[in-house]
Amino acid sequence: MRLPRTARERATDLWLAGPAILAMAVLIFAPVAIVAVLSFTDYQFGARTFHWIGWENYATLFTDPVGRKAMTNTLIYVAVVIPFAMGLALVVALGLHALAERFPRISATLRAAYFLPVAATLVAMALAWQMLLHPSIGLVNQILGGLGLPAPDWLSDRGLVIYTLAAIGIWQSVGYNMVLFLAGLAAIPPDLYEAAEVDGATQGWERFWTVTWPMLGPTTLFVAVITATQAFRVFETVATLTRGGPAFASDTLVYALYREGFEYFKAGYASAITMVFFVLMVALTLAQFRVLERRVHYR
Amino acid sequence: MRPFSLLALLLGAAVVLLPFFWMVSLSLKPADEIFTARVDLLPSRLAWENYATAFTEVPLARFLVNGVIVCGGILVFQIMFAVPCAYALAQRRFPGRTALFGLVLAGLLVPFHVTAIPIFLGLAELRLLNTYFALIVPFVASVFGIFLFRQFFAAMPTELFEAARVDGLSETAIVWRIAFPLAWPAATAFAVFSVTAHWNDLFWPLIATSDPALATPPRGIVYFRDAEAGDDVGPLMAASVVVTTPLIAGFLFAQRRVTQGIATGGLKA
Repeated sequence: MRLPRTARERATDLWLAGPAILAMAVLIFAPVAIVAVLSFTDYQFGARTFHWIGWENYATLFTDPVGRKAMTNTLIYVAVVIPFAMGLALVVALGLHALAERFPRISATLRAAYFLPVAATLVAMALAWQMLLHPSIGLVNQILGGLGLPAPDWLSDRGLVIYTLAAIGIWQSVGYNMVLFLAGLAAIPPDLYEAAEVDGATQGWERFWTVTWPMLGPTTLFVAVITATQAFRVFETVATLTRGGPAFASDTLVYALYREGFEYFKAGYASAITMVFFVLMVALTLAQFRVLERRVHYR
Repeated sequence: MRPFSLLALLLGAAVVLLPFFWMVSLSLKPADEIFTARVDLLPSRLAWENYATAFTEVPLARFLVNGVIVCGGILVFQIMFAVPCAYALAQRRFPGRTALFGLVLAGLLVPFHVTAIPIFLGLAELRLLNTYFALIVPFVASVFGIFLFRQFFAAMPTELFEAARVDGLSETAIVWRIAFPLAWPAATAFAVFSVTAHWNDLFWPLIATSDPALATPPRGIVYFRDAEAGDDVGPLMAASVVVTTPLIAGFLFAQRRVTQGIATGGLKA
């Protein structure tokens, strides 16, 4: 039996797109709906029943010292990582871009070196950092001691630990941002610099502020959003090095969601943490789309 | 370029490479040279036995095989689901096509962490936790993959596919024998990002498995770290080197393609 032509066409469409649609529904959209619903319950993994408790989970998260700590730590982490991961990446990209004119080989080698942390397994590298920062047998404190400087307890000092993790986060993301900045720099037409020179901008800084910085604008915004969305997800270093400690001093949103949900089995509360994380990420990603759009219009 | 700038760039690179250097150095140091008040940069002799210990104390080879199975499984299924859907979105006309593309874009807004709790519940309900299935299946619907391939297929000339239809090829054959091979650059870029993300992921393996025999490389070295009492630093660093090497080697091998992939789209799987 032969089906009419349009029916056959629709069947083909369904055959091609159906599996992906089903997978998206089951693995993305249904879970998002379920986690939103769970965030208003006191459900625990393994329990047979649950109660509707309204906004109580959210209230706990925003008033409980531990919940607040996870949020402020995440914000501190993001606020430290963004400027440094971007600023250092821009400086390195400018340097390598200038270096490539005279020594392309050296420039390419250095670029690979700066990019290496992006390709490396973060959990393994976190352990290497732990050894570097070890209070007694670590290289960093040996050097500081040799210079007569104080030797801090990088990962167990409550006031310091989140900044140490941020430093590792910066170390890990500079290379990725550098590649984006290098692409932005390569896209600047050389005749703009010539025009600027005619107008009297001959010094390095003048050239930077009149040509490079304005032309890098769209790239910079894009890098900012990418860095922020990555920083908000910080998990691997926390889970490997501190487990949110000491005394929740390095607790972050994603780690709190893991601990509350999968160590304490408080599915409802963990769902509320998830939703707060999700809302922050959606806001950032929507900003990213707008930035991308602007980047297209710019050209 | 002033000599000062070059010096600063070299110094910065040295700082970036320091953890790699220290990891390799410790992995080759005998124990008595690690636990000492006077720290030397290099080992006095190469203690290869640390690597032997790493492979015998924990099933490190098993972790690596698990990593290959999980990353390979994820990549194969992601492509099987994403490519036909992307082709339909780019080269066919059907009701709801725009809505479907909207769904794909909406899916891009959802980080995996957000779906973890319901997916865990579902797998627990089906008694499928602690299986390779649990490690692979949550990632098979890659909206990022659909988006990437769609952009690529949309840029291909429609006449190409019309000609194939006239020649009597089925749509399935067109997808896999014509469209997919032509999208090879997109496929390699996607593979790089997918494999990097899942080889390095700790979040989901930590949640979905508690059986060390199923541990992926990062999960495996966390097991190792938790099991040793702090006196096995050499072997632990050796295991870290072993786990990190495949991706680093792959990156150095395909450097140009990786950096171009990032630069053209700011891609991130």
